[in-house]
Amino acid sequence: MPNNDKSLADLLATHEHEILQEWQGLLKASGALQTGRIKESELATQCRNFISQLRGALRPDGSLDKSSDGYASLKSMLGEVSRSRAIQGFTPSETASFVFSLKQPLFNAIDKGTRAADAKASYIWQTSLLVDELGLYTIEAYAKTREDIIARQTREIAELSTPVVKLWEGVLALPVIGTLDSERTQTVMENLLQSIVEQSAEIAIIDITGVPTVDTLTAQHLLKTVAAARLMGADCIISGIRPQIAQTMVHLGVELNVVSKANLADAFALALHRLKKAIVSVKQAPSGRQSRYVSPEDRGV
Amino acid sequence: MLTRSIGEISMTVLTSNTIEIRSGDDVVRVRQEVRSRAVESGFSLVDQTKIVTAASEIARNTLDYGEGGTLLIERLEEVGRRGVRLTFEDQGPGISDIERALTDGYTSGGGLGLGLGGAKRLANEFHIQSQPGKGTRVTIIRWK
Repeated sequence: MPNNDKSLADLLATHEHEILQEWQGLLKASGALQTGRIKESELATQCRNFISQLRGALRPDGSLDKSSDGYASLKSMLGEVSRSRAIQGFTPSETASFVFSLKQPLFNAIDKGTRAADAKASYIWQTSLLVDELGLYTIEAYAKTREDIIARQTREIAELSTPVVKLWEGVLALPVIGTLDSERTQTVMENLLQSIVEQSAEIAIIDITGVPTVDTLTAQHLLKTVAAARLMGADCIISGIRPQIAQTMVHLGVELNVVSKANLADAFALALHRLKKAIVSVKQAPSGRQSRYVSPEDRGV
Repeated sequence: MLTRSIGEISMTVLTSNTIEIRSGDDVVRVRQEVRSRAVESGFSLVDQTKIVTAASEIARNTLDYGEGGTLLIERLEEVGRRGVRLTFEDQGPGISDIERALTDGYTSGGGLGLGLGGAKRLANEFHIQSQPGKGTRVTIIRWK
């Protein structure tokens, strides 16, 4: 390495202003600001921080010193940038181009600041390796964030889609939506059994209007849920079996030895009947359009 | 586009694609793909549900008993009718007694034992080939 040429870190320091100018220009030209998800001042700060951290992480020969504090803080800063971009909805290439677009300004600075051809070539090679490595790290951090988001959403879906609704004193409804795969069935079952205890329910209606396919495994899960509810002293009614599913289940040979009704309303009416309650129309005006709940005893039934 | 003759009937494969079955999520994907293909072939809601359910049963068998495998989905066209053909293949332990596996209520796992027989009843054509130690291939066709 010829001694009359500066080290890469010194080159960065000398040409910092030009590098930053050119880098930001390239980022702007690539449309980084167009989406409006990031402000120009924010981008400028990120660029400045990145260059100063990078200087701290470089060895005199231009390679990355992975044991230095500068390298650690460079990585954490880059990780933070990727994370925030993943959350803000940037695409992977938009995120990676933050780092990759630094290549050209760095090459230009090396070209201007280095005389000896072998030093130039060596610096360019080192810079290329370095930018590639940091770019890959950016993508990894980006993907990791997206995976975290997906995992969180999966957990949210598992919880949100299995609410147990109280329809009446002693009557619970469980509207099942989506696929009844084994992991979710577990959540469904736990929620239902817990609610049966809490509400001291006598009847639980499982509505499967929102289940697109009922195969033997789904049927088995349903039957197990019903059996468990029975052990807790609650009777189950299954509602919302659509015509095509009913036909398919018959062909499959699945027998649900459970009372079932075509829709939730019918199931609810049956539940009320079992509890010896009924909904009747109110005869007197003025609130004649409304229904009032009367127990059969009150009506003299 | 492939055209081949079986006897005098010529059957045309309109589209085909393959799905890997390696996890429970893949079974969900199988159902979604088969439903899309069935919709493209103009299946009624009942026919869609039948083939999707049959696919779900066999895909789960491929996963649970065949240690995973592949599904080839083909949309077929013959004179006057359209259909969907599903070919499930695995390199698992195979089935030693196919007759018994097709019997309702028989299961070597913990299921209801209705899957294979049920899938046969849900399809118009059903072929199963299996060799212990080599693997299993199940082909079903449902016509519109």
